[in-house]
Amino acid sequence: MTASELTSMTAAEARRALDAGEITSTALTEAHLARIEAVEPAIHSYLHVMSDVALAQAADADRRIAAREQVSALTGIPIALKDILVTTDAPTTAASRILDGYVSPYDATVVRRLREQGAVFLGKTNTDEFAMGSSTENSAFGATHNPWDTSRVPGGSSGGSAASVAAREAILSLGSDTGGSIRQPAGFCGVVGLKPTYGRVSRFGLIAFASSLDQIGPFTRTVEDAAIALEAIAGQDPFDSTSVPAAVPNFRAGLRADLQGVRVGVAREYTVDGMEPGVDAAVKTAIAQMRDLGAEIVEVSLPHTEYALATYYITAPAEASANLSRFDGVKYGLRLDEATLQETYERTRGAGFGAEVKRRIMLGTYALSSGYYDAYYVKAQKVRTLIKQDFDRAFAEVDVIAAPTSPTVAFPLGSRMNDPYQMYLADVFTIPCNMAGIPGISLPGGFSEGLPVGFQLLGRAFDEATLLGVAHAYEQAAGWYRQLPELGAVAS
Amino acid sequence: MSLSKQDVDHVASLARLGLSDEEKETLRDQLSSILDHIAVLNRLDTDAISPTAQVIELFNVLRADEVLPSLTQEQVLANAPSSRDGFFEVRAVLGGDEGGSA
Repeated sequence: MTASELTSMTAAEARRALDAGEITSTALTEAHLARIEAVEPAIHSYLHVMSDVALAQAADADRRIAAREQVSALTGIPIALKDILVTTDAPTTAASRILDGYVSPYDATVVRRLREQGAVFLGKTNTDEFAMGSSTENSAFGATHNPWDTSRVPGGSSGGSAASVAAREAILSLGSDTGGSIRQPAGFCGVVGLKPTYGRVSRFGLIAFASSLDQIGPFTRTVEDAAIALEAIAGQDPFDSTSVPAAVPNFRAGLRADLQGVRVGVAREYTVDGMEPGVDAAVKTAIAQMRDLGAEIVEVSLPHTEYALATYYITAPAEASANLSRFDGVKYGLRLDEATLQETYERTRGAGFGAEVKRRIMLGTYALSSGYYDAYYVKAQKVRTLIKQDFDRAFAEVDVIAAPTSPTVAFPLGSRMNDPYQMYLADVFTIPCNMAGIPGISLPGGFSEGLPVGFQLLGRAFDEATLLGVAHAYEQAAGWYRQLPELGAVAS
Repeated sequence: MSLSKQDVDHVASLARLGLSDEEKETLRDQLSSILDHIAVLNRLDTDAISPTAQVIELFNVLRADEVLPSLTQEQVLANAPSSRDGFFEVRAVLGGDEGGSA
């Protein structure tokens, strides 16, 4: 099998080939490491490549597979981890100078689970600093480039994880989604990105941004692989008291070929001024295909959608300002000493954090400060109730809701960096899902001006089985997932 | 909503965030603009609405009061910029003569 064939496999295909003895994990891993070396100068998905760790894990996986010993779905499969998940055998930076030199003494629960299942860790991927951003340009270590057009952003914050899967530098990857940070870059890079229900996956070892919104999920090239990855990472964890003791179903068993009997909601509020006509057209085509597959299309209303962005930009920075108080130069990371402790804090944090992180700490601290707490923070919590009730009402009528993932395709690097609010608007269709805690998935939904369009489906809380089943039927009928970026001269 | 220079100084101090004068001026403009967008929430009457802090219906998650394996002191201190005698080391918190030796 050629290197190009090895790096184009899905996890499901690789599993069959590994178990049949047609390929080895070592060959699969070496092909991905070579691919990383070839395309990284153009893409920059990774902050840290874990070659030695990966090859040792691959050798161990080959031994397990040969002995038919403890082989699970991801044994021997090369994957990438967003560099906001802590790992004991590689640095974790959250793409921030303030975590300079940090190596975690423990693994994140998702990392531990994947390690135990025999997955191969290729490396840690680029992100906006502390997952704050929509383009991966806020990384302290340089932007990631979109594999479909390297003059454009990959989306964010999990842009490195999305680009690594699109550029065939990993079979799948993990990211985190607080306001769209998995789904939006998945849409921009033309891959599958799943944000599970809040509470489905342990957040232990995910460096916290906004604790009531954050959730870990996979990037894959197919819905089937997303189902495999979710099964591998889901489940209650004693180290995360917000992880829920719900049974983890066999998500692959729920994948279906048609949509007979499925009610798909379309919300009139999910169109905005400035929406790209090509995105609008692609989403309408996708919804028509779902009807052709037997789905009943039902108009629903989510009347508080227009308030979600403002609600998010109080809630998320407020939680972030509290979470990021731990980066103070005392326990880990950067410290710049001054004469007093207060001045040491201020100098360390002033030098260690980038512009967007400072902006959000300031916004959040303001919203929580004496005299403004009720007007901003409590107000946002009340509007959050209204947003959640919108979804509760809609899901009494329909099984899933279909929407664009983003109003536009990937935008040019640098085009929104001077206007924070324009950048925030990139997440206008992904934020309500986090506010309500429900699961959402972005699927390849066609192209606009040569760039991928993300097609988003939202589901009921803890009903990823239905969401993935419906997504699979659309994906297989539409077939967009078969198209991968050519990467021009850099392709090996 | 327009923030004053004093507002920015006060919030930066609360956040223990050292900012240059130029950063403060940029943030004053940007935060004022973001707060203008956020003011859209004032259109909603929420007097009768209860707040949502989190979305899952779990309360008081407790475990048995048993000693479990945890990180060693060496592991916990391994990343510290400065440590001494098993402690994280920092400048004297209370400052000056009265607190330095406490």
